[in-house]
Amino acid sequence: MDCLILKEGFPLLSFLIFFPLAGAVVLFFFSGERFARWWTLCITTVEAIASLPLITGFDTTTVKFQFAEMHRWIPQWHINYILGVDGISILLVLLSTLIMPFCVLASWRYIKTRVTQFMICLLIMQVSMVGLFVALDFMLFWVFWEFMLIPMYLLIAVWGGPRKEYASVKFFIYTMAGSVFLLVAIIALYLKNGSFFIPDMMWKNYSTTFQMLVFLAFFLAFAIKVPMFPFHTWLPAAHVEAPTAGSVILASVLLKMGTYGMLRFCLPITPEATFTLAPYILWLSIAGIMYGGFTALAQHDMKKLVAYSSVGHMGFVTLGIFILNSRGIEGAIMQMINHGVTTGALFLCVGMIYERTHSRELRLATGVGKYMPWYVTFLAFFSLSSFGFPGTNSFIGEFLVLAGTFTVSKPLALAAIPGTVLAAAYMLRMLQKIIWGGTDNPDQSYLNDLGFREIITLAPFLFFVFWIGLGPQPFIDMMHTSVVNLLQQLGEWQQHASVAALILQ
Amino acid sequence: MAILPELSLLSAAVAFFALSLSRQLDSVQIRNTAVSFGIVTFICSLISLGAHQVVFMGAYQVDLFSQFFKLVISLGLVFVLIAGQNLRDIEQEIRPEYYMFLFLSCLGLMSLVSSVELITLFVSLELSSFSLYLMVPMRSDQKGLRMQMEAGIKYILFGVFATGCMLYGMSYIFGLTGTTYIKDIVPGLQKVASEPAAFFAVVMVLTGFFYKLAIFPMHFWVPDIYQGASNETTGFVATVPKLGAVALLIRFVILLPGHTSLLVDLLMVLAICSMFYGNLCALVQTDVKRLLGYSGIAHAGFILLGLLTLKVSGYATVMYYIAGYVFMNIACYMVLSNVSAGGENLEITDLNGLHRRQPMLAFVLAVGLFALAGIPPMVGFMGEFMFLAGALREGHIILVSLAAVNAGIAIYYYLMVIKAAYTADPGDRPAVEINGLTRFTGVILVLIILLMGAFPSKIIAFAGTAVQTIM
Repeated sequence: MDCLILKEGFPLLSFLIFFPLAGAVVLFFFSGERFARWWTLCITTVEAIASLPLITGFDTTTVKFQFAEMHRWIPQWHINYILGVDGISILLVLLSTLIMPFCVLASWRYIKTRVTQFMICLLIMQVSMVGLFVALDFMLFWVFWEFMLIPMYLLIAVWGGPRKEYASVKFFIYTMAGSVFLLVAIIALYLKNGSFFIPDMMWKNYSTTFQMLVFLAFFLAFAIKVPMFPFHTWLPAAHVEAPTAGSVILASVLLKMGTYGMLRFCLPITPEATFTLAPYILWLSIAGIMYGGFTALAQHDMKKLVAYSSVGHMGFVTLGIFILNSRGIEGAIMQMINHGVTTGALFLCVGMIYERTHSRELRLATGVGKYMPWYVTFLAFFSLSSFGFPGTNSFIGEFLVLAGTFTVSKPLALAAIPGTVLAAAYMLRMLQKIIWGGTDNPDQSYLNDLGFREIITLAPFLFFVFWIGLGPQPFIDMMHTSVVNLLQQLGEWQQHASVAALILQ
Repeated sequence: MAILPELSLLSAAVAFFALSLSRQLDSVQIRNTAVSFGIVTFICSLISLGAHQVVFMGAYQVDLFSQFFKLVISLGLVFVLIAGQNLRDIEQEIRPEYYMFLFLSCLGLMSLVSSVELITLFVSLELSSFSLYLMVPMRSDQKGLRMQMEAGIKYILFGVFATGCMLYGMSYIFGLTGTTYIKDIVPGLQKVASEPAAFFAVVMVLTGFFYKLAIFPMHFWVPDIYQGASNETTGFVATVPKLGAVALLIRFVILLPGHTSLLVDLLMVLAICSMFYGNLCALVQTDVKRLLGYSGIAHAGFILLGLLTLKVSGYATVMYYIAGYVFMNIACYMVLSNVSAGGENLEITDLNGLHRRQPMLAFVLAVGLFALAGIPPMVGFMGEFMFLAGALREGHIILVSLAAVNAGIAIYYYLMVIKAAYTADPGDRPAVEINGLTRFTGVILVLIILLMGAFPSKIIAFAGTAVQTIM
């Protein structure tokens, strides 16, 4: 337990987890659509502001888990309630707290029926998102990991589009089926270590077979969540049918849980299996990048286009993680944040046009540039960001990942580069059609430009697009120490293993 | 003092017998009487929780183990009475009899968990079973429904067969050890531990309880009886009697000397078969009660996972899980018996759009089903997790993997029901009205399911201590 810096005084992380829950409980008793909207906006805003001390109080020089809390939970099974953040998780925690007020704003008009229940689902969703990223006990992690399925399922199933039943059930079953073996792996690790404390499980000398099995169980669960090609088929369905706020949460936070799991668990707990299997995963990532790019190029549905672009972007993240050097991993974490910001914003944009035209068909949204200048300005910047235009946030992430890849393997990097070109192709195609269209544009003169609420919703995203794009250093500083430590441990472990192999020979 | 809950149940049964003689019956009064007796029994169980006494010439032992079960039985009874308060499909004239048998069945179960002598045990078991056999056909045949007769006959035939097996096993035990007292049977069986007859005897006795718990291959009665009995009766048959079966399974598995590896193998095979059979059959059901019946078979398989560890922690988990299981199921049956307007059976499609017709019931149903599916932090998940962890600790990796696969399969059919309740269009199905008592009970059930799941340590510790007292 010496890797924890226990927080004295106010339990900030517990507050961040349980405050939205308290807000949701209040909504059970007071229903009224207006009240529900304002109340949820208040709760999520307070939550976002309350999470800011995490930045000011975060010590970037230590590899220990900060703001830690520890309580006994189920002593019979050595399950404890342990929370903490380090450089890997802090940005994700902030992402999930900061994005929620905008999800509420995006649902302000979009959700017309059963508003109170919708807001309860959003708040409960937030509980499990924050909880998952700060949990340091594997059972606690698992509880949040599985529990999250319920609010997300309901968000898609109740407020979704025409094929919501299919999409929501597919989402639920895919994710649940992927993670049943994760539970077995967690229990197996517990039986080896005698506790569920995650740092205790890292860097242990498990046997090769054990590592391989555990890694595969982890990987199946996380790859489905990411989603990596070929486990991605639930994603387009879920994205297309989900309401805007659901899509934003799904893209910005949920997908990151998979890659977070890989960084937090796969690398440190099963290093040997990671080294053995990394080459395959790298090529799977390349396949995902190419596949996502080509499929996005062929879409007529804007939401599907953005959804498939997610598959490609997340391919870059897994590429960066399993390239196993500091540029790659830092790039991957940056890319996780960037994808959260950019794709979240793109889904908001698609949602805004859907609210006006009641269609996500690209054909019906052509040529709106003339009538919605504000809208297309935002859309243009987010699209540029999406394919990694220099000066925007994704450029930093993709550049770091590709730079890291080049130092390891040129063929791999060369294989990934067409992916960025493809991204430019499908994004510019969409942009061209929406802004200008062709000679046969439908009549768009009835469209109103963005209102004040919508500009407020999008502006912060744009701010982050440029901040990360022009000055990424503060973000990289936050994660740097943890990433370097992770790689150092990995290197030490590898040396250790090769020495042991030499001795055995 | 020690047998206060039993006395309370007995007086309830006598009271309803007296009521059944009366001509003027008021259904509200009958219902209120039943619920009040249920609550009184629960209070009695609470009072006598700490009692420790051996009565009736050593045949009847009141200890922490039995009192734990009695407490859960009485709480389950209260919930069943409130959940099934409408009795829409039971004719007014026979409602007092119906309640009389319900209380008698509970009395049988309570004395079952306290019996430490084979004859007492057998009599208690039959008392509880025969009341159930009579309750199943007590469904109104005004609308030409004949299913309940078939169900009743099936139930009694299968039941008598299982009882026969059990009696046969008991005769072996008596033959081998010369006693019917469980505490003397243990050393007696140890002397003959190497004889196959000893193993055979215990397995035959276990068969009787496998029948009650609906473990493969003694599960054949489940779907038809669940379907044939009225919703309220099924709500009882599917929940509270399982407590008695589990209590006695624990008492008998503890008994077995030697040959344990054979028993473990047997239980393992039965567990796998039950889980797969239950889950795969449930996938294609359209009748909600049949679906819950098959899911019950699968859950019985999970319970064996805890038993076959042959450890105190395993037994404690079983006790924790079965208590949770009773509450999860009662939550589901409460929804069914309230949604069913005339007491008819419900198809999954009949639950369509329940969230618009009655949000409260939809919520209770969702919590109950998600808990049965094993989603954290609900009680079903915690139990499942502890079963898997316990079995893996004993090295049953294949069993645990197959159980995990089953958890994955099971989610599908639970989700189908939730999907109907939450996403489907209600069409012209009417809104469902529920009274304040049902609403309150729904909230209590949801809270129990959530809190038992989030804070299991106290209950597990208590159950562990209770098991220690009988070892």
